[in-house]
Amino acid sequence: MTEFLSLHDAIASYVPDGSTVALEGFTHLIPFAAGHEIVRQRRRDLTLVRMTPDIVYDQLIGMGCARRLVFSWGGNPGVGSLHRLRDAVEQGWPRPLEIEEHSHAAMAAAYAAGAAGLPCAILRGYAGSDLVAHNANIRSVDCPFTGERLAAVPAIRPDVAIVHAQRADRDGNVLFEGITGVQKEVVLAARRAIVTVEEIVDDLRAPSPNSVVLPSWTITAVVEAPGGARPSYTHGYYERDNAFYLAWDAVSRDRDRFTHWMHDHVLAGSSSTAAVA
Amino acid sequence: MTTDTAYSPTEIMAIASARVLRDDDVCFVGIGAPSLACNLARLTHAPNITLIYESGTVGARPDVLPLSIGDPELCETARVTVSVPEMFAYWLQGGRISVGFLGGAQLDRFANINSSVIGPYERPSVRLPGGGGAPEIAALCRQTYVVMAQTRRSFVDRVDFVTSFGFGEGGDHRRRLGITTAGPTLVITDLCVMQPDPETRELTVTALHPGVTREQVQSATGWPVRFAETLGETPPPTGAELSTLRDLQRRTAEAHATSRPAGAAA
Repeated sequence: MTEFLSLHDAIASYVPDGSTVALEGFTHLIPFAAGHEIVRQRRRDLTLVRMTPDIVYDQLIGMGCARRLVFSWGGNPGVGSLHRLRDAVEQGWPRPLEIEEHSHAAMAAAYAAGAAGLPCAILRGYAGSDLVAHNANIRSVDCPFTGERLAAVPAIRPDVAIVHAQRADRDGNVLFEGITGVQKEVVLAARRAIVTVEEIVDDLRAPSPNSVVLPSWTITAVVEAPGGARPSYTHGYYERDNAFYLAWDAVSRDRDRFTHWMHDHVLAGSSSTAAVA
Repeated sequence: MTTDTAYSPTEIMAIASARVLRDDDVCFVGIGAPSLACNLARLTHAPNITLIYESGTVGARPDVLPLSIGDPELCETARVTVSVPEMFAYWLQGGRISVGFLGGAQLDRFANINSSVIGPYERPSVRLPGGGGAPEIAALCRQTYVVMAQTRRSFVDRVDFVTSFGFGEGGDHRRRLGITTAGPTLVITDLCVMQPDPETRELTVTALHPGVTREQVQSATGWPVRFAETLGETPPPTGAELSTLRDLQRRTAEAHATSRPAGAAA
């Protein structure tokens, strides 16, 4: 059954060095507090999987936690580059970063295949794209019925998925609302799943029988982490801090300024004050 | 105060892009110039246009331009919000999108687009964000419109990397790869409008924006540019178009500047 853990204990228990970790959340519900706890526990050699690395992976990469990145769009949304990601790929700082690059359609399908227990995802994808020549995990199959050549990518099966959600009830059932991205798929695709939530409540208040709810028995650990998605957002709780995303460009551009910022705002914090002010 | 009718190249690019959209279009919208064009169309001549953002929001009607592809307002104003696997599988791959928008760091004469790397892929001089939804938008929307500022650095003879396939090497290259959609039927820049030649598929300038010369277009392009025999001129922006555009951008700037994180102030 689901354990209720502190953020410290959830990361210490389920995110060992060298593991394959997917912190998901498509712009919305990005588990920043959990990412910061991984930085504080100084994890190394992680394979980080995420469609849109966003600032959370810029921080993990810049702090040297990652050996490898599987992704499909690595920018600061609406702002420009992720400078720590760029520095790692272009200059190997603070350490070289292997990349496996996909398109969004393929990664979304690969998560769905992982959730479905299939070995691979099949899609009409990558037509004419040079990505095929640079990623050995983009292959093709011929449809046995029509003969159509289709793209195939391996299912994503992370060791651990980490996502944020609105709330959990006291049994550990979790409700997601708003832009749900690949939250459901990554939890069901992963061997283990940690869910951070805004609050733990007596009644989940699921607004409809069709709400996105993951039953407690699909989740390894639930962590109460109010504000745990900031500067991303939690629909119904707080807004996206767009000014932070704009300001991150200057903070992250320079190695020293970035490192100082991380020391002051992440390493110096505790898991209960993980949110970026 | 009346609207200042002088306008910038960026404004005519946005307005020309908005004008080509129809009220019954279903658009796959990217952040930046495409989002500006699509929302301007919605606020002017195409109030019923369906805007789909890849975060899963179908029929979004934001009051300000989103900074990211998944800003809260997109979800709050959408007809429905679906999951990301559903978005790409049912809505894009399923053939429901009439127009997709693309842009990138580089574009070549056959409208192939690079948004991945400058320099060799394994040792890039600039690692760009990458393709995201673009490789499949390019192949699966019924047609695509490219919106990009035109410079010699961005309009190049050969792209360093094909992230999103346009017409490949021209002619029937799309068909030979089994792609059944029309591809990039329009390229709208801050100087002109280009369309693919019906046979060779090479981009051809079909209209210049007001006051722009052929020489200006050529000097901002890294290949010898072809011009249509009858070259049109983009009608200048109307006062209503300009004021709607500027109001939208002013609201957007105000909305995105409202908070400032500790330690991140410039």
